[in-house]
Amino acid sequence: MTATAEIARPAQPVRGANDEARDVYVTLTVGGQLCGIPVLLVRDILGPQAITRIPLARAEVAGSLNLRGRIVTAIDLCRRLGVARAGSAPSMSVVVEHQGELYSLLVDHVGEVLRLDAEGREQNPPTLAPEWRALSTGIFRLAGELLVVLDVAAVLDL
Amino acid sequence: MDDLLADFLTETNESLAELDTALIRLEQAPDDQATLSLIFRLVHTIKGTCGFLGLPRLEKLAHASENVLGRFRDGALVPAPGAITVILQAIDRIKLIVAGLEATEAEPAGDDTALIGALNALMEGGASLPAPAAEPLAGGGGETPAEPAAGSAEATEANAAPCPAPSAELVDSPVVPGESGVAAQTIRVSVDVLEDLMTLVSELVLARNQLLQLARTQANSPFTVPLQRLSHITTDLQEGVMKTRMQPIGNAWNKLPRLVRDLARETGKRIELSMHGAETELDRQVLEFIKDPLTHMVRNSADHGLETAAERRAAGKPETGRISLNAFHEGGHIIIEIADDGRGLNTRRIAEKALAQGLVTEAELAQMSETAIHQFIFRPGFSTAAAVTAVSGRGVGMDVVKTNIEKIGGTIELASREGRGTTVTIKIPLTLAIVSALIVECARERFAIPQISVVELVRTGGGSDTAIERINRTPVLRLRDRLLPLVRLASLLALDDGEAQEGAEAFIVVTKVGTENFGLIVDRVFDTEEIVVKPVAPILRDITLFSGNTILGDGSVIMILDPNGIARSVGIGAAGAAERTGLVETAKSAEVTAGGRTSLLLFRAGGSEPKAVPLGLVARLEEITTDRIERAGNRLLVQYRGQLMPLVPMDVDLDDPTVTRRPVLVFSDGGRSMGLVVDAILDVVEDVVDIQLGSSRPGILGSAVIAQRATEIIDTGHWLALAAHDWFATRHAPAGGRRPHLLVIDDSAFFRHMLVPVLTAAGYEVTAAETADAALRLREQGQQFDAIVSDIEMPGMDGFAFARAVREDPRWAALPLVALTSRVADADILRGREAGFTDYVAKFDREALLAGIAQVLATRRETEAV
Repeated sequence: MTATAEIARPAQPVRGANDEARDVYVTLTVGGQLCGIPVLLVRDILGPQAITRIPLARAEVAGSLNLRGRIVTAIDLCRRLGVARAGSAPSMSVVVEHQGELYSLLVDHVGEVLRLDAEGREQNPPTLAPEWRALSTGIFRLAGELLVVLDVAAVLDL
Repeated sequence: MDDLLADFLTETNESLAELDTALIRLEQAPDDQATLSLIFRLVHTIKGTCGFLGLPRLEKLAHASENVLGRFRDGALVPAPGAITVILQAIDRIKLIVAGLEATEAEPAGDDTALIGALNALMEGGASLPAPAAEPLAGGGGETPAEPAAGSAEATEANAAPCPAPSAELVDSPVVPGESGVAAQTIRVSVDVLEDLMTLVSELVLARNQLLQLARTQANSPFTVPLQRLSHITTDLQEGVMKTRMQPIGNAWNKLPRLVRDLARETGKRIELSMHGAETELDRQVLEFIKDPLTHMVRNSADHGLETAAERRAAGKPETGRISLNAFHEGGHIIIEIADDGRGLNTRRIAEKALAQGLVTEAELAQMSETAIHQFIFRPGFSTAAAVTAVSGRGVGMDVVKTNIEKIGGTIELASREGRGTTVTIKIPLTLAIVSALIVECARERFAIPQISVVELVRTGGGSDTAIERINRTPVLRLRDRLLPLVRLASLLALDDGEAQEGAEAFIVVTKVGTENFGLIVDRVFDTEEIVVKPVAPILRDITLFSGNTILGDGSVIMILDPNGIARSVGIGAAGAAERTGLVETAKSAEVTAGGRTSLLLFRAGGSEPKAVPLGLVARLEEITTDRIERAGNRLLVQYRGQLMPLVPMDVDLDDPTVTRRPVLVFSDGGRSMGLVVDAILDVVEDVVDIQLGSSRPGILGSAVIAQRATEIIDTGHWLALAAHDWFATRHAPAGGRRPHLLVIDDSAFFRHMLVPVLTAAGYEVTAAETADAALRLREQGQQFDAIVSDIEMPGMDGFAFARAVREDPRWAALPLVALTSRVADADILRGREAGFTDYVAKFDREALLAGIAQVLATRRETEAV
């Protein structure tokens, strides 16, 4: 198994309420688009992994992998969002927990952790493709780039 | 020591220890209801259990104590120190007796009358409330709650005074041993703790496997020796922890003797239950799962399997029926046999039932073995009908039994001989947590197959003697004297990257599901490995081919195949051959539209164009050597299954000396068989039969496009008639204009398949239903027809009742109704007309049928025109 890096969780009481802590995002790129996942949902960031294909599973399911003795289902985020993968390089992945199960979201690249002001979050533009609109909870305008906040529950609602 | 007694002692010792502290607590806080209830419950349990075990001395004492405690609880007596003392004395006496029991397995002799007297006096004292002061004996009970804290020695003495006798005796009582022998030997541990331990050990086993795998790749590693030790310890630990969860199967059998006794009483039968191997141990979790199925099967045996004493005598069997339970270990599994020497399954009834429920066609049934037919009792809903259970038995909920057994990775088999009895054999894994699995590779992916389902491995191709053969494109394997159906795992899992190379080396995992074997074609076979089954993620649960997943020794994730799921998905299993053909599907849905898809057998006979016949009509395909054909007059005959079967060559030149073997389509109807000799069997396809061109040639209904080729649909009736002279062969001219829509009702699949093409060819649109009920459902669905053709003798609602039902409802009341029967007598015709039939036609008279239908339709048109 390759190296894994555990994300240091921001201590919750730093800014008090849970709501504000949720405004810390792990950024990642999917098909060239910058996206963010609330950091509290993230359990691990993984490098390229050996993934076992699961026959007959839906196309979005890339397979399953072994994370320290736990079996994690890998979801190909590019497929899920319907975009082409930017490079052919093996994907990195972000492990999230959803309803007691671990899922690993395969992405092109995992970036830095950003603390963003909740007030800066904007509604999805109505013209956004329906599959993106269904999976996103809003947009942040960053300097020179837009960040799409992914709704993890919706992404995993396959 | 008796298990029950040992359990009782353990439990009682625990209760007694708890009682001591609870009583002291009560003395300090007399109005603590929770403590009071606890004490009452503990003493009550002791009393109840001793009654059950037949320990009179203990029971009397506990009973008297319980009475007093009951009054405490009701508030009629106040638990003053004096009263508590008496109770404590009683508890001490109970301990004494329990100690005696432990030592000698019998109650020690002794006299408790004085103590019981004191307890009773206490109770009655309370009973005389609310005049406590007047009653001297109520000294303890009479104390008002105002002075409960007066738990001083003085008060105790004062209260103890009214009962001098017991205290005197108590002095003589030897001190109760501080620690009980039994209590020290067993402790109670919560099941959760054991489950957690098991999970941890499972993980440890996995980690150990990974380490071993790593170590194997490195020669002379300094870790080898300590790793070996670790491995041994892990194995021992695993066994140890497994042992903590093990229980003798006898625990699941405890209730059976009573159950059988009660059933014997109710049914007036004589039944002897013998149990062997009760000490066989298995995992607690597994035990829980099989408890109900076992009880169910024993009940079935007693209730339905065994005959009454009179019936048994008549059958020349001993009057007392035997049910035997047998459990033993075999190769990492537990085998449990439930056998009875009763009447066995009634194959004929089951077959009839299966036919009536549309689970199978008559043609298929004709080819099924007894064992295969017996499997129907495992079909959901099959047995709920009283008809089967009342006569032949067994059944209610056998599908549930099977599902439960399969849920824990077990298998169930049934062997029955009519008049001799039935044996059900259950094979279950020792534990659910860790299973042994065979690791195979297919399309460069690895999969685990639970060892319990694997019968044997066969290597094919690549220079080995055995080879996969193909019938059309379906792979099969000749395994000893049987033909084994094969399933390509790669195709099943959609892992195919193109067609498999012919003759390449492959392995066949012969897998057993129920009584059926099938082979899974895989590319490679690795070792067996102990795996820990983990459930798959929720988003994968809909894939029924996997029963779980696991992590292998090398750290990779692997999917575990579910042989039952695979069998179901390819139509193998308890269903018998039924679900494989499209025809059964359609028969099941109770209506077959001529425009719907039908399974057709394609063959060649006289000419290059393919011919087709509904597969449902063909009972068997045979190959005969031409020298076996005998001639009698101008008829051709062959000896077939002990009978002479007429053969009809279909434009085939039987005198061609170059051909020595001929394929024959065998048609069976009731006891009759006939063989149609053809040139070659081509294929079985499922397609829409839409006869576009009528034919003037006898024996051909017309042409249809089947599998993209113009194909002649043969008129089975014509060929049957040639062999059996039962059929009339002229074709009726198709009616012009709009195709009138007919509803045909016949319970015989054979005739349905027969009539639909005939009527379709005659220019009608045809819907077929197999029961009157199904037909009436079509009415509820608002379907309209131009005429109805119905059989008379049908199970359930017969033709007469159906006719009345049709006439009663305005929707179909005006429809012409043609009765179809094999029996034409004047009385029947009269009865038919009374019931509402418009016309009456003999079943085998196609000419008359077509004429009759044309006539009733014409009459109707005239009526409507008026």
